[in-house]
Amino acid sequence: MAVPSFLARERIIARPGFNRWLIPPAALAVHLCIGQAYATSVYKSALVEHFDASLTSIGIIFSIAIVMLGLSAAVFGKWVDRNGPRAAMATSAVFWVTGFLVGSLGIATEQLWLLYLGYGVIGGIGLGIGYISPVSTLIKWFPDRPGLATGMAIMGFGGGALIASPLSRQLMNFYDADYDGTAGTVPDGEAVALLFLTLAVLYAVFMSFGALIVRVPAEGWKPDGFDPSTVKSKALVTTDNVSADNAIKTPQFWLLWIVLFCNVTAGIGILEQAAPMIQDFFRDGETSAVAAATAAGFVGLLSLFNMGGRFVWSTTSDYIGRKPIYMIYLGVGIVLYIILATLGSTATWIFVLTAAVIISFYGGGFATIPAYLRDLFGTFQVGAIHGRLLTAWSAAGIAGPLIINGVLDMAEGEPGELVAGDYRPALFIMVGLLVIGFIANLLVKPVADKWHEPKSAPSPSTQEASAVR
Amino acid sequence: MSSSASTTPAPTGSQQPTHTPTGLIAFAWTLVGVPLAYGLYQTVKTASSLFGG
Repeated sequence: MAVPSFLARERIIARPGFNRWLIPPAALAVHLCIGQAYATSVYKSALVEHFDASLTSIGIIFSIAIVMLGLSAAVFGKWVDRNGPRAAMATSAVFWVTGFLVGSLGIATEQLWLLYLGYGVIGGIGLGIGYISPVSTLIKWFPDRPGLATGMAIMGFGGGALIASPLSRQLMNFYDADYDGTAGTVPDGEAVALLFLTLAVLYAVFMSFGALIVRVPAEGWKPDGFDPSTVKSKALVTTDNVSADNAIKTPQFWLLWIVLFCNVTAGIGILEQAAPMIQDFFRDGETSAVAAATAAGFVGLLSLFNMGGRFVWSTTSDYIGRKPIYMIYLGVGIVLYIILATLGSTATWIFVLTAAVIISFYGGGFATIPAYLRDLFGTFQVGAIHGRLLTAWSAAGIAGPLIINGVLDMAEGEPGELVAGDYRPALFIMVGLLVIGFIANLLVKPVADKWHEPKSAPSPSTQEASAVR
Repeated sequence: MSSSASTTPAPTGSQQPTHTPTGLIAFAWTLVGVPLAYGLYQTVKTASSLFGG
């Protein structure tokens, strides 16, 4: 599939002297936009009322988007690596913006299926392509600090929700004066449709800017003072390359798939029910010691730790190594989940602190995985390999809510009316998952030589010719 | 930032060197930094209710 020449990889090869610090804002311009996916709860009630639909049938829009994210990242990963970040960012922008436009039409005409198709399917494809679009480029620009580089971009995905939530509230208030963003008030459908239109315009501008300024390094480029042999000397880090088709035949790929799946599922366990969960943990009869406003504050705090963890932990992995940092995410995560399940209801600070650190590990797990893949499989098709690994996110997006909602259903009550003990089985299931993830991470060894590309590895532009063994 | 930001010439050596204007870098970072700062401020404001008693 050819792309217009102004989007082609060949047109954006940086000339000597180009400043690589222009690349992180290009990546952030895309990730800050697509991170809106985590802010859908802000208009969920409005859509339920507008379509006279159940929470489940509105919630499924987000699930479709996340499943499409994983599938499109997996399917288009090689295309993204081959055609470069400008083509990928522009394509992502077209899908993401079209998703909002079609979704807006669906809301305005009260056609729920158009919202599924628009935001869920079309927008979800934009999510997947956009999510992986800057990753391999950043890794190539920052071979000395890949964790920092990918941490910055993927932090943007967390940051996107932080921006979209308050911005959406303010915009909906602008379009519907009766809605003031407080509990109990719900904007009308027209306000949400106009919100979608506004976001479409804003995201089109921002993502186009990212596509405009992004560049790829010239073949053989390296930063001043960087010696690739220092990277080679670290355990588990290779200077060889493995193609995406071969990577999925290795045990290392599937071990990392399990690691990501377990880490994300465990995190979703808390994120999914954060606000009612903190109220239920401190419930005495009909009333909770935690007010609704305080619960909203807890959700905000988790968002901050989710975003911060992406940058801080991923950057830390550059210094202590990828395998050790996942031992921390998963190993310390096990301890924290046990503390949460057994002592979480004894004091608010224990609950808040343990949940916040768990969520920082959840974010860190997302942000560190591209660098882990680079270490094991090289830079050749790391974007495509990352794309295929993101199917673990899609699977976790289904498994996480299923586990927590399934357990709470057995308690025969609604979140917001339960007690701490009702959550315990779900939390211990998460502990079990983290143990599985911890073992999978322990089993990761360097990739066998037979999977490596020949030393004269082809450039990304000639990847199609790569032989599949 | 500047020391690690400069690049060594590409091995081909056939391309004219370029200079990335500092103003462009500052503009790009501002463009993504301002909305991020807005989001952070709003979220910290919401989260502060957790500690407000």
